[in-house]
Parts: sequence; structure tokens; C-alpha cells
Amino acid sequence: MTQSTGTAVLERLWQMSRLGNVNWGRLMVIAVPYFWLALFFFIPFLVVFKISLSESAIAVPPYTDLLDLDLEEAYLNIKINLGNYLFLWEDSFYLDAYLSSIKIAAISTVLTLIVAFPIAWLIARSEGNTRTILLALVVLPFWTSFLLRVYAWMALLKKSGPINDILMAVGLIDQPLQMLQTDFAVYIGIVYTYLPFMVLPLYTALEKLDMTLVEAAADLGYRPIQSFFAVIVPMALPGIVAGCLLVFIPVVGEYVIPSLLGGSDTLMIGRVLWDEFSINRDWPMASAVAIVMLVILVVPITLVRNSSKQEDAA
Amino acid sequence: MTIAEVSTKPSPATDSSHNPLTSPQPSLWRDPDAKPFVVFENVTKNFGDFTAVDNISLNIYRRELFCLLGGSGSGKSTLLRMLAGFEQPTSGRILIDGVDMAGIKPWNRPVNMMFQSYALFPHLTVEKNIAFGLKREGIADSDIKKRVADMLDMVQLGHLGKRKPHQLSGGQRQRVALARALVKKPKLLLLDEPLGALDKKLREETQFELMNIQEETGVTFVVVTHDQEEAMTLATRIGVMNTGNIVQVGEPHDIYEYPNSAFVARFIGSVNLIEGHIIEDEVDRVRVKSKHMDAPLYINHGISCAPGQQVNVAIRPEKILLSHELPEQTDNRCEGVIVDIAYMGSMSIFRIHLDSGMEVRVTQPNVARDMGARFTWNDRVHLYWDVDSAVVLTA
Amino acid sequence: MSNQRSWLLMSTSALGFLFLYLPIFSLVIYSFNESKLVTVWGGWSLKWYGELFRNEQIVNAAMLSFKVAMISATLAVILGTMAGFALQRLGRFKGKMMFSGWISAPLVMPDVITGLSLLLLFVALESLFGWPAGRGTLTIIIAHTTFCMAYVAVIVQSRLAGFDETLEEAAMDLGARPSSLFFLVTLPLIMPAVLSGWLLSFTMSLDDLVIASFVSGPGNSTLPMVIFSKVRLGVTPEVNALATLMILVVAIGVFVAMWQMRKRPEPQ
Repeated sequence: MTQSTGTAVLERLWQMSRLGNVNWGRLMVIAVPYFWLALFFFIPFLVVFKISLSESAIAVPPYTDLLDLDLEEAYLNIKINLGNYLFLWEDSFYLDAYLSSIKIAAISTVLTLIVAFPIAWLIARSEGNTRTILLALVVLPFWTSFLLRVYAWMALLKKSGPINDILMAVGLIDQPLQMLQTDFAVYIGIVYTYLPFMVLPLYTALEKLDMTLVEAAADLGYRPIQSFFAVIVPMALPGIVAGCLLVFIPVVGEYVIPSLLGGSDTLMIGRVLWDEFSINRDWPMASAVAIVMLVILVVPITLVRNSSKQEDAA
Repeated sequence: MTIAEVSTKPSPATDSSHNPLTSPQPSLWRDPDAKPFVVFENVTKNFGDFTAVDNISLNIYRRELFCLLGGSGSGKSTLLRMLAGFEQPTSGRILIDGVDMAGIKPWNRPVNMMFQSYALFPHLTVEKNIAFGLKREGIADSDIKKRVADMLDMVQLGHLGKRKPHQLSGGQRQRVALARALVKKPKLLLLDEPLGALDKKLREETQFELMNIQEETGVTFVVVTHDQEEAMTLATRIGVMNTGNIVQVGEPHDIYEYPNSAFVARFIGSVNLIEGHIIEDEVDRVRVKSKHMDAPLYINHGISCAPGQQVNVAIRPEKILLSHELPEQTDNRCEGVIVDIAYMGSMSIFRIHLDSGMEVRVTQPNVARDMGARFTWNDRVHLYWDVDSAVVLTA
Repeated sequence: MSNQRSWLLMSTSALGFLFLYLPIFSLVIYSFNESKLVTVWGGWSLKWYGELFRNEQIVNAAMLSFKVAMISATLAVILGTMAGFALQRLGRFKGKMMFSGWISAPLVMPDVITGLSLLLLFVALESLFGWPAGRGTLTIIIAHTTFCMAYVAVIVQSRLAGFDETLEEAAMDLGARPSSLFFLVTLPLIMPAVLSGWLLSFTMSLDDLVIASFVSGPGNSTLPMVIFSKVRLGVTPEVNALATLMILVVAIGVFVAMWQMRKRPEPQ
């Protein structure tokens, strides 16, 4: 009863919105999210770019203006400061941070792919309830707090943590290993938290894979390992690419994992940006760091859009 | 429908006493000393509690085009997959060209398969699909190129080598799949429902093409199909399968004219089965009494069984003759009323109610244009047939 | 497939699942540990649950996070459904290419960039128009709505792409006007996508640390911000208790969802 009245009211509103020849309803549906994203997603990048060209100042907000308009003197002063970008290039610290971030992101993407592939394959090849349960098991950790899952590894990897305890009890080592605050811990943390982002696109691609193609390859003389590279990998390529992008791009800018699991020498650009912003309060420098990161990531980000488009077409 | 096609095809000779025609091909299976090329020896395959293949023994000879014919779940596909190496027999042996296939992986077998779905690699062009299997054999690139080109010519796709599978029609894909399997020069080619995905007209053309290619290449073909028409046209011999067993093996003519059981008779073509019991059983004749018949049934070949045994007499619809007058013969006749006529163009199908209540199916070729007017609805007609038209089935 | 190989597959996958769940189980077990030294076992205890609820900072932060997550998930669902509908069903419009880019980019955009850019926008807006005055709950909600609506849009869009348009045609054939079509047919059909979009948005909002750290003001710490400031100093037992409670809530939620799905036949 109430539901149908509700629907009737909504319908009425919808009809009232059609005034004249313009379909106001359609226009609203497009315009509202469009302007929201323009204002809160697109324009902010322009603001960041603008501030990256200004100078740090002890003021509120802590940067100088690009435009200095003096009406009395009829004088417009435009001050563009390229110093931040120059500094990024000259100080090897930033360059190292970018390179190290890309390296860590690339290695952990490959590691995630290796861990995710057998899981995705198993899910894609199982049937009915088993498949639903396995899929749920992969997605379930994602619904619990990311921060807490990273934190769980802090406890596990500690010098006095259970992993060291077990390794010592078995007799593999006699001194506790320093695992926390190393790149190793960072890799563990990344693979762990980003695993579902790799498994799901891989699963989608592998589920569509026609198993008779694998049989056909075997029939034509391909051993399993050969048909893996000749048939399965090319067929799953869209899923592999999508998964790798979904892991690689955010990991480049990752802040939490290197902060909690990495050591002081784990150099990642997300951390540099945050420190620049909050510790040095150098907003223009932080902006320049962000703009360069964005330039590095613009190609992979465009690829994400194209790969999702391809899936729609398929 | 079946009948017309089967009879126009120069059928290879059957048992010499029945058919005087001689085959253009050497028929190794008729030579008791010939060495079989593929041997199934007491092969059984279980999937859990389910027995897909139940203790089958079967010989297939070189250059044969052997059809495994059966419904879904009859075990025909499992048999084929065991030849390809995708399944291992639970017990028994399979030999190909004298070699026991136990433990030999699919990629090491001298066997190639044409899949029902064709299983063409969608990311590769037609040429690369065909070359796919050759790449593993360590053949020089130039040789691969030549063999692929020859194969493309043979299946008349020379101009489409650069296309991807999704740019081809169903018939073209089927030929790519055939080429991809044949280019490896297998000793044995397995075809899983090779014509199943094609429309009717294309299927008929492709049948003959397939037979030509088989003769040209001399490769032994094993075809799995559920389509009896396809099996009748293609096969040198047919193995009819039911619930994991091979119920009859024989040349198409044998299987059609001399089915060994009610199952085979019904599965291939249509048939009227008349229940009755033996009243006379001699070397050269059998008499069967049936409550559906005015006169006893008389068949001019003997079977060895006990008097009084319950049997089915199978008579094909096209072998029954119709008449308004009482026929002269005293055996093999009955009376009924036409309840339905289906005009099929080349022939008409009549459904006739016998006085006993049994329904009989009769087909009459429309040899003249006004044939339709001769028998019509509610006509009372006499049905009769020759002494050598029916078969007595004990199973 | 040979037994040997499927055994290999099973065992590597089992290791993968162990890897996924081991940390979670360890959190749960340690939350019942009496000892203050997290990794020394001091016997079973509910002590840290008591401590957790007495910790005013955590409780306040949890309330704020919950409020933010409720509001931004709801806003994100409304905006995201509109966006998904605009992309999938409303044909061509000016700037559609750019719009679809704005939808897909937030899915992978590193949080530090999103956070910084929104903060700088808010600061610039404030100095230009005096809005938003200061930073706090409102700015966090705007930030969360923005990145969550992209997820909702993608989910809704793929659901719309997947469903049978003949259903809509059938409804029109049966007399439904295009205007009532959306509410009678389309919306009920995409409802599962809308619901999962809301749940996803809620979770992500509740989970976000980096963006909230940029755009929140003093005295407006969300739960992840409080947790982060605690755990970067080391492992703390109250956080174990908190984690266990969150896992419990998620587990119950998933069971309810699965039970609901079982009752209903598969929509596809």
C-alpha cells in the first residue's frame, strides 16, 4: 500500500519534471552527478596544479597567490614559481622516492598476481555452492577494516610475534628475524590487502575461459605448462591487465602500509607527500609531488577506463 | 525422409548374401584376418557410481569412417574422449596402431580431435589456429607456412587466413577446426558432432565434403553423433550405443535393414513393431501369431528360438503397401482406417488404426502427382508386405 | 586433469586462503588475551572489551565515523545511481567521455592525491566564498561521497548493462509509460546493485584513513584516524577488541545477506 503510493508520488514528480520540450528529468539525472564530480573531483586537480606553482608562505592558507591584482595602481602581477618542480628534479630524494614506489608497486603487483592466480583458477573451475563460498571467502576480508588487517600483520611479524616464535620453536632460526619495518613486511601487507582486487578480475576472465580450448591445446601437442602460456594467459589477459592496474596504481601512492609495516628506509612517494603536507606544512611542494605522481599514473589510469570499456563491449 | 537419401547413396556392400553391390573402398572389416587399427578391449569407465562405458570391446580398421551413434548419456562421447586421452579407462585397454595408450597423455597421442564447439582460439587468426599444433613439432617456419597454406586450400579457405574466428560463418569455422586437426597428420581423427552446429542445408553439403577429405587424406575417422541421418550418410560402419554399451555394429545398410533389437530398430529410422509369439520356426522361415494381424506373419528367414517365445516383428513404414482391394497374399496382411495423412512432398506419411487398436505408420512415395487422391482420411485400407520385408526381433 | 596437478592447485589455493585468514584469526584470539603485552599469552579475558568501551576517544570517533558513513553512503548511492543511469541509459550527451573518465578514475586514484586535492579545494573555496567554513564532518562527508559514488556508478552501470532490456519493452507493451517505467521496472531490477553499492560505500567510508586525515579539522577524528594514531606507536590490546567486534559485525552481515539470497531465487 505505502509502497505503491510512494511510487505514485515519485511518478507524479517525474511527470511534472517534463516541462515543455526539454526532458528535465533526463537533464537532472545527468547534470547533478556531472557537476558534483566536476566540482569535487576535476576542479581540485586544477587547484592542486595552481598551488604547485606557488610558493610556501607562513600564512593561512600557507601559500602565496599567483595573481597579485592591485586596482589602484592598475597593476597585475602574475608570479609563477617553477621552483617546486625544479627542486623535485634536483633533489635525488624525490626521484628516489618515485622510483622506489614504482619498484615496490611493480614487484608487489607481480607477487599479488602469482598468489591470486591459483585462487582465481580454483574458484572459476568449481561449481555451484562451492564457487559461491570460495568467492565469499576471498571478498570477506575486504569488508573488514583495511587498517586493522594491516595492523594484524604488525602483531604477526613482530620480533616477539608468533611467526618468529614458530620459526624458533621449529629450529629454523635461533635469533628472531627482523621482519617488521622492512620491505618484506611492506610486500606482505600489499599482497594481503590488495589480493581481492586481483582475484576478482582474474576470476571473471577465467570463468569465461572455455575449457575445451585448453583440451584443444593438449590435443594439438601442448603440455599443461605450454598451454598455460599459449592459451590461458592470452585468454585471461584482460583480467590480468585489469587486476594489475587495480593493484599497481593505488599502491604507487600507498601511505598506510609503508607507514605501519615499512622501516624508516622504506621510501614511498605517498609517505613523502603526507610528510611534506603535515610535517613540513609545505603545501606547494606537496602539490608538486602530487602532480608529478598524477602524470606518472595518467597512462595506467586511462588504461583502466579502456579495459572496463572492453569488458562492456564483450 | 531418411530412406530416400540412403537409397540414392551407392551404399557399400553388406554381408555378401544380402547385397551384391561391391564397395569402391577396401573393406578391411569384412576380412577376418585384417589387423584392427584401433582396439577397445573390455573398456569400462566409471564416474563415481555412474558407469559411462560398460565393458566395451570394439575394433576399428584403417581408413574407416566409423560413427558412434547414440543419444545423450549413451557413453559415445566418453569413448571418444578416452581415445583422445582426456579420460582414462577405469579398466580395459585401448590400442591405437598396436600401441597401448595407457598412461599416454593427450599431447603425446597420434590423435587429433575436432571439437563439437570447434574450440578455435579466439585470439589467433585462422592461419595461426591451424599452425598452432605444428609449432610444437619443431618444424621449420617455412614448412609450417606451406602445410598451413595447403590445408587452407583443401578446405577452400585460402582467402580467409588472416581473419579471426569471430569473423567467420559457422561453416567456415567448422572447416578451420577440421584443418587444424588434420594438419598434424594424425593417425586417427576424432570428430565430436562435426555437423551439429550447422544448419540443415549446409550439413548436407558438408557431409559429402567430409567424406571426400577422408578419402583424400586416408586418415581413419571416428565420428560421434546423435544424428542417425548423419551417421547413415557418413559412415563406413556404425556402432549404435545405448547406456554405455555398443548394441550393434555394422554397415549403415545392415543396421537399417537388419537391426538386432527393438532399440536399434526404433533409434534408426522409424519402424512399426508388432508383438507376437512364434508358432513355427524353421531354417528358412518363421511364422508369428499376433493379435493385431488378420493372418499370421510369415518371414522368410529363420531364427533359432523356442516355440511360443514372445517376439517383435519390425516392419519399416516404407515397406508396407496399401490397397483398397483385398490383396492376393494370405500372409502379412491386415486392415485399418486412415486417421492421419502428412504430405511431405516426395512422399506421404499415413497413420492407420488397425482393428485391434494398434497404430501403424506407412509411407508411400508420391510417384505420380495425383497420388494424394488415392487414399484419404477415413478410408478403410488393406496393409500388406513381402515375406522378406520384416525382421523378427527377440531383443 | 591429473590428480597430481589438482592437488597442487588445491594446496596452493589453501595456502592463499590461510594467508588471507591467519591475521584475522590472530586478531580475534589476541583480543581475549589478559596480558597487556599483546604477544604474551596471559589467559582468556574480556578485559580489553571493557577498556574499549571506557575509552571515550574511541567511542566518540566511532560515532562520528558511523554518522559520516551513513550519510555519505546514502548520498553516494543517489548520485552514483544517477551517474550509472546517465552513462548506460541516457544516450549521448556533451562531455560524456570526460564524465565516464571522472567515474572510473577515483576507483584507482591514490588516496593521498584525492585527499590533498580535496583539501586544497576546500581551502580555496573557503577563502573565495567563505564556504565550507572550516573543515570537519561536512568536508569528510563530501570527500567520501565523491569517491564512493564512483563505485556505486560502476556497479549500477554494469547491472544495467547486464539486464534484459526486453523487460522494459515488455512493460511498455503492457501499458507502462516511459515515465513510470523507471520506478516500476528498472529500479526494482537494479535494486541489488544499489544495495550492494550502499554497503560498499558504507564500508569504504568507515575504512578510510588517508582522505579523512587530509580533509578533517581539529577535533574531528574519525575511527581510523584514532586507530592509526594508536597503532603506529605499537600494538594495542583495545584495538584487537575493536577489530574483533568489527569482524563480528561483518560476519553477521554476510550471513544475513547469504541467507536472504538463499531465500530468493538467483536474479540472473
